[in-house]
Amino acid sequence: MSALSLLPARRSVPGVFVALTLTLTIGWLVVLLDGGQLFNQSTTVSLLHVAAGLGLVAVGQTLVILGGSLDLSVAYVISLSTLVAAETMNGSDGAVLPAIGLVLVVSAGVGLLNGLLVTRFRVNAFIATLGVGLLLKGYLDNGYDGPAGTTAPSLVQALGYQRVGPVPVSFLLLIAVTAAAWFALSRTRFGHHLVAVGGDPEVARLSGVRNDRVLVTAHVLCSMCAGLAGIYLASRLGSGAPRVGTEGLYDLESIAAVVIGGTALAGGRGGVIGTVGGVLLLASIDAIFNQLEVDAFFKQVIRGVIIIAAVAVYARRAMRKAA
Amino acid sequence: MSDPPPTPLLTLRGIGKSFLGVRVLDGVDLDVAPGEVHAVVGENGAGKSTLMKIVSGGYAPDGGTVEFAGATRTFRGPRDAQRAGIGIIHQEFNLLPERTVAENVYLGHEPVRRGLVDRRGMLDRTTRLLASIGETTLPADARVGQLGVAQQQVVEIAKALALDARLLIMDEPTAALADHEVELLYGLVRRLQERGIGLLYVSHRLAEVFDLSGRITVLKDGRRVTTVDTADTTADQLVRHMVGRELSSYYPDRAAPEDRGPVRLNLRDAGNRKLRDVNLQLRAGEVLGIGGLQGSGRSALARAIFGVSPFTTGDVTLDDRPVRLRSPRTAMRAGIAYVTEDRKGEGIVPRQSVLDNALLASRAVFAARSGRAARTARVRELLAAVEIRGAGDDQEIRFLSGGNQQKVVLARWLALNPRILLFDEPTRGIDVGAKSAIHDLVRRLARDGAAVLMISSDLPELLGMSDRIVVMRDGHVAGELPAGATEEEVVALAVGAVREPVQ
Repeated sequence: MSALSLLPARRSVPGVFVALTLTLTIGWLVVLLDGGQLFNQSTTVSLLHVAAGLGLVAVGQTLVILGGSLDLSVAYVISLSTLVAAETMNGSDGAVLPAIGLVLVVSAGVGLLNGLLVTRFRVNAFIATLGVGLLLKGYLDNGYDGPAGTTAPSLVQALGYQRVGPVPVSFLLLIAVTAAAWFALSRTRFGHHLVAVGGDPEVARLSGVRNDRVLVTAHVLCSMCAGLAGIYLASRLGSGAPRVGTEGLYDLESIAAVVIGGTALAGGRGGVIGTVGGVLLLASIDAIFNQLEVDAFFKQVIRGVIIIAAVAVYARRAMRKAA
Repeated sequence: MSDPPPTPLLTLRGIGKSFLGVRVLDGVDLDVAPGEVHAVVGENGAGKSTLMKIVSGGYAPDGGTVEFAGATRTFRGPRDAQRAGIGIIHQEFNLLPERTVAENVYLGHEPVRRGLVDRRGMLDRTTRLLASIGETTLPADARVGQLGVAQQQVVEIAKALALDARLLIMDEPTAALADHEVELLYGLVRRLQERGIGLLYVSHRLAEVFDLSGRITVLKDGRRVTTVDTADTTADQLVRHMVGRELSSYYPDRAAPEDRGPVRLNLRDAGNRKLRDVNLQLRAGEVLGIGGLQGSGRSALARAIFGVSPFTTGDVTLDDRPVRLRSPRTAMRAGIAYVTEDRKGEGIVPRQSVLDNALLASRAVFAARSGRAARTARVRELLAAVEIRGAGDDQEIRFLSGGNQQKVVLARWLALNPRILLFDEPTRGIDVGAKSAIHDLVRRLARDGAAVLMISSDLPELLGMSDRIVVMRDGHVAGELPAGATEEEVVALAVGAVREPVQ
């Protein structure tokens, strides 16, 4: 049959890894010509640190976007989480576990709120999560002018700076979270249902999927990922920082990483592996430009061009598939 | 599975349904035995879809009973009916193109082992399921979006069978299939029959109804006309059952021969994805009716002429000059207007005022040409001329009745002084009074020298208004009929019950 011969055996490597390899090769050459070295210990480590923070958020963001939703509140959840973590620990190593637990509970609560607004109250995800984010912003702006609390030294040591070779522990945490998310998407009913809800809510509903429950779960997981990112940042900074999430542009950058990683913004197609590729790509560009000491504004321009180019490439590919 | 009971699988008694006071089904009886293919035929709007939705749990009936597998059932929704064993294959597939065959088939009830989705088991079970209906070449791990339409249909059927469906509803299953794929479907239907599955087969195409079904139920205007054994009937008899309504309403006089002007629009072998080899001439001063079933290419024709999805092959001439109508904008500049079928979705901007809606086209296309004040004044005149009742020009259009909304849409196009008007179901969902007002307007436009092409599913309207009727089937012209043709002739051409006249 004619349609069968068109079938590839397996899905190919996401295009983002091709782009990543290209970027690193070109970056390495350019930095070399400039008289520097891209892959020395300190740049590699800092690249992976940047990737770890953004990656934790982006993996969570992937889940909600796959389900056809979106989370704009992650940046504020991160800021809040750094404060909850640092203030609960208050410099005491004994309070690390309770602090982590509390952060996860608080962030899960925010995710639950997001999820319920999107499903029960049918508020558009963009508006609902933006509103929740502003709510958190109000609380943070009102209560904090600057850093507060102290992260326990043991956590700073372990999560903030500990390395295995050139790989920071935080990046290993990202790998673990990514693996868990990948496993959930491919091997659990929740994962299958989430992708179905994002692909076509009506088809999912008619097939017996409880759309609302699936989407709320995704939002809770997304916020918890942002909470983890907050814990990591608190251990990096040594204290809680009320504006670290927004200053790091974690909301928009996480969405950008997801999209660069090949997940459809409308949901239903993509995965966390691609997202990690997108995160690494953004972090690499950062590292290369830092090495070249490129003007910060120009750096932003380049990032913008890359994001647009990535989406355009995917759109073209989708169009060709449809034709 | 146990032996099928000797009693009917499905029995419908006295099913009735109304929407907003309009009776769409009235006292319909029907039964399906295990292993039987029961065809349901009727014109557009005869109530077939509504009846199928009631059986599959999409709607609750206002009256009557649904008995399935020996028990009276009230389905709370499609899922409820699915669980009970009633599957429906829609014209539009309910599949996720990005997921694999197995993931689609078992969506919502994935097999699990130790709490995790058993992917291996899911693939195996899907492969076995596909093999049981004779499909051995379709890999269970193929992405559905990469499959052809016929194979997607197989996936849909497998999905229904994975839920142990004992009754399958097929709604126009061949509408999207190519000729050689129809043969495959025939084989599939027979295998389902052998398994003791009852089939409700809805189709416009009489040929396949005769090939497949054991019995045929004819619906007309929401009532069951008759149920016949397929072996004892002919296509002619069926067509007669499907139509045969009295032509009662009044229509304006047709064009006199001297009113018919020169050929304005000429299509030669024109085609695109949905149309092939369309040859058509539209003359000034005439109303050319376009008949045919839904999906036969009627709207595709209008949309191609208006440049929405343009012709990709063939030649188009306008007043004897070749033209390429590649966008609505070029079509409008060439003097073509299009009153769409979907008034709410494509015709009006619901939250804008009557005046803004009427000005939409002239503002968009001829912004620089004429002065604003003059344009507004002209549109106000037109709005008065089409006699919109009970509404100011500044009222939001969504508060108007369907008939008045349609008149505003008409005024919008008249503001462009179009020389060719395309009407797609101009009176659908419009009350009787406004209907005849629109009929008069259409005729007046033709008399003033415009060339009018009018698509209509309403046969009395099509016959009453048209100076000539072209009937479409499967994306091409099935035949042309003169004024004074009968409903039977139109339907026979539309469903392919007669041989096409040689052109």
